[in-house]
Amino acid sequence: MESEITKVTSHISHNETLIFERSRTGRIGYRLPPLDVEESPIDSIIPSRFRRDDDLEGVPEVSEVDVIRHFVRMSTWNYSIDLGMYPLGSCTMKYNSRLNERVARIAGFANLHPLADESDAQGALQVIYELQQDLAEITGLPGVSLQPAAGAHGEMTGVMIIRAYIDVRDGAGASAKRRTMLIPDSAHGTNPASAHLSGFSVKTIRSTKEGLTDLEHLRELCSHGEVAGLMLTNPNTLGLFEKNIKEICEIVHEAGGLVYMDGANMNALVGVARPGDMGVDVIHLNLHKTFSTPHGGGGPGCGPCCCTKELEPFLPVPRITRVGQEFKVDYGYPRSIGRVKAFFGNYGMMLRALSYIQTHGNDGLREATEAAVLNARYIAHGLATDYDKPFDAAPMHEVVFTDKRQSRKGVHTLDIAKRLIDYGFHPMTIYFPLIVQGAMLIEPTESVGHQELDQFIAAMRSIAREAVVDPELVLNAPHSTRIGRLDEAAAARKPVLRWKPLS
Amino acid sequence: MRYIPNSPEERAEMLHQIGLDSAADLFSSIPADLRLARDLVTSPALSEIELLSGFERMAALNTGAQRPSFIGAGAYGHYIPTVVDHIISRSEFFTAYTPYQPEISQGTLQVIFEFQTLVCQLTGMEVANASMYDGSTALAEAVLMAERVTKRSKVITCGAVHPEYLDVVNTYVQHAGIEVHHVEFDSTTGQISASLAEALDDKTAAIVVQSPNFFGCIEDVAALAQKAQAAGALLIVAITEAISMGLLRSPGACGADIVIAEGQSFGVPLSFGGPYVGLFATREKYARQIPGRLVGEAFDKQGRRGFVLTLATREQHIRRERATSNICTNEGLIALAATVYLETMGRRGLQEVALQCAQKTAYAAWRIAGIPGFSVPFTAPRFNEFVVRAPTEARSLLTSIALERGITGGLALGRYYSDRPNDFLVCVTELNTRQEIDALVDGLAFIASKKAPKMQR
Repeated sequence: MESEITKVTSHISHNETLIFERSRTGRIGYRLPPLDVEESPIDSIIPSRFRRDDDLEGVPEVSEVDVIRHFVRMSTWNYSIDLGMYPLGSCTMKYNSRLNERVARIAGFANLHPLADESDAQGALQVIYELQQDLAEITGLPGVSLQPAAGAHGEMTGVMIIRAYIDVRDGAGASAKRRTMLIPDSAHGTNPASAHLSGFSVKTIRSTKEGLTDLEHLRELCSHGEVAGLMLTNPNTLGLFEKNIKEICEIVHEAGGLVYMDGANMNALVGVARPGDMGVDVIHLNLHKTFSTPHGGGGPGCGPCCCTKELEPFLPVPRITRVGQEFKVDYGYPRSIGRVKAFFGNYGMMLRALSYIQTHGNDGLREATEAAVLNARYIAHGLATDYDKPFDAAPMHEVVFTDKRQSRKGVHTLDIAKRLIDYGFHPMTIYFPLIVQGAMLIEPTESVGHQELDQFIAAMRSIAREAVVDPELVLNAPHSTRIGRLDEAAAARKPVLRWKPLS
Repeated sequence: MRYIPNSPEERAEMLHQIGLDSAADLFSSIPADLRLARDLVTSPALSEIELLSGFERMAALNTGAQRPSFIGAGAYGHYIPTVVDHIISRSEFFTAYTPYQPEISQGTLQVIFEFQTLVCQLTGMEVANASMYDGSTALAEAVLMAERVTKRSKVITCGAVHPEYLDVVNTYVQHAGIEVHHVEFDSTTGQISASLAEALDDKTAAIVVQSPNFFGCIEDVAALAQKAQAAGALLIVAITEAISMGLLRSPGACGADIVIAEGQSFGVPLSFGGPYVGLFATREKYARQIPGRLVGEAFDKQGRRGFVLTLATREQHIRRERATSNICTNEGLIALAATVYLETMGRRGLQEVALQCAQKTAYAAWRIAGIPGFSVPFTAPRFNEFVVRAPTEARSLLTSIALERGITGGLALGRYYSDRPNDFLVCVTELNTRQEIDALVDGLAFIASKKAPKMQR
């Protein structure tokens, strides 16, 4: 079986303990210039009862060499986009360009304080303004706020905007009665969580067996009169374009609700179709997905909120506007839902996203979308004989399979995912969306060349064979990593969430 | 396009293999009337050379980044050791995904475990999460958590909490059935006023205090903890200047229940406001109510120790609308930067930086207070920020100092406190040299004497 694996081989992997275990009293990793002002007795500056008396015990003491070896060793234990494909559905793990990193580090941006006077920050404000314009053009929704720091944050923002709009349209307190947010059963967990944060109760809409929103069920739910809105993803989390999107928006609008779109899957639409043209009222984008800003092991993200002209007054403040040749920080929006974050948002990610848009250019953006959908379609085609594909409709930028066939032999999605690691890939998204049994959601993005796509298909096909002829190999995978499957249940029962000194 | 590995020819071949004629066929499930019939109106593709030139031109307009600065107010200019950027630029850290597959994410997971530990050590608390977006949203989440834990719906924010943090809290609680009640600061000390006692009652879920507060004044956190406890409420302590934890008594040691902080001071550039990193720490008994991700220790079948995301049933992907928060992506790479910073500076470095900040600030405050017509109005002890009252309007004074002396002298408070037009907030860190401080003092004295020749002593 080992001969099927061509993408990776084994290599010496260094162990590295926790920094606290490396620490030795007296080691030093820094140097500051000497204090250049007269030193006052510290008691006269800050009375001792306000000062620490623990001498920062436990905080490590290491040399710079220790720091470098410590972190470099740990880094070698990570998979990363620079190593290869992450076929993670819904995550859009595309190439994180080095140029974007360089732009973000330009001193004139990196060293600028957010509370600098407007006149001292015109270049910084121009970046925000230009990105706003580009995202408005891409989404077809003219109102843009870059303040939310992540997709979920953008969702909360968008849903609060809906609520505020309803209160103005129908009279103060109207949103307390129009309390229901409709969310498909295939939705990402942040959707209901964000709705809840805005005080909505959630009703779930079924999907048809074709994997699309059930229009009948939608009509029925909308007939009850308390629908504030619908949150949907398009293409949906099964990778399918909601071809009835216009009708869906009409049904919701007729019932007095608004349509929120989760923009996580924009990588299938940029330059091809625009949410604003579909009837969507408000959307959030994930700059760390579609616009290539790096995932960083869990952030930072940036979740801009884009909306129709009608909803613009409700966007968070401050807004960045242009008056003549000058860029302004404007708080004059009395209907705004308020601030969702201090300062302007994750500015460094805005720089990167604008650099991404300019690097691609308008035709490059469309080309990326075409390549992303083509790669997913190619994988769908390559795996169809070995894996159960629950929906016949042509997938967009991601495709979902189930473990129906393999589970008959006792091999499940989790096992397939873990065995894929031995083949040199990061696993795909597993067990999401919830409406598919043993879901394996695969999104290659445009950043994968066709040799690697072929390797991925070959790996998955090989695992499908292993599941039949040597299931133990799959059930006990991964075999090649420095650590095997961890007992997560035990970890949750008695959580150890920090290092403690042995006492 | 150079970031797309497959050439147009390869893509044509792939299309053919899957039975399609052209790229347009890929979008046949999108109704024709929704397909864009034109190009996007964004910029044309730029080469690196052109693109960098454009961004450098914009950067050059940011005059605020080109002079010594004395602005703090929630974002601080500190020394960043060279190793920090080097390590966060490693492919395996910055292009890695969330560590959902622990076997190939131990680098990220172990870093977060160390981060959580360091946050506990500095805040004096028992459990910390893997990060929030920033201090302001961490505070909002702390307020929501207090409501969940106590099942009470009133929260008292006290004294000089960062105005933007209060705005964010208000946005977050507006539909959560939580009533925020604000108690003012004492105009002599700059600390929380005695009227807190009247506001505290058995409906209070939490008291929120910032220390050092927005005016730089150190609050008596231990006394507040006792008051909160007596009323059955939680004490939430907010810290915007994380370096203060190198010198000041930890909120945990003072009896805080939840501590949130902005971690930007730990090796993170100012970057016009983000990305930053929110620290969130609390007592062990509240661990299951904490928002955000948590990394815990775990073992494999061979008994090898590793780390894994844990207690995930609190989170949105499992609990959905009943999750403790909607947060998913947080600030992983910035938490890494903070971890590298803290481990490089270490126990001694963190203390030395904090001491230098305190000493330089004391020097600056003493010298500014000595300028005729200037005073330092608040009497409470301070760490590295203080309010200056000028004899003339602060905003134009600071504009003149910037133009004539090439120094950003501080933050005019009029933008947040319209009744304080002559006040400005000065922050001094280890990066501000004595020459810069002296130049600021000279500039203030000179310009003020021109603007207000008849001022009182």
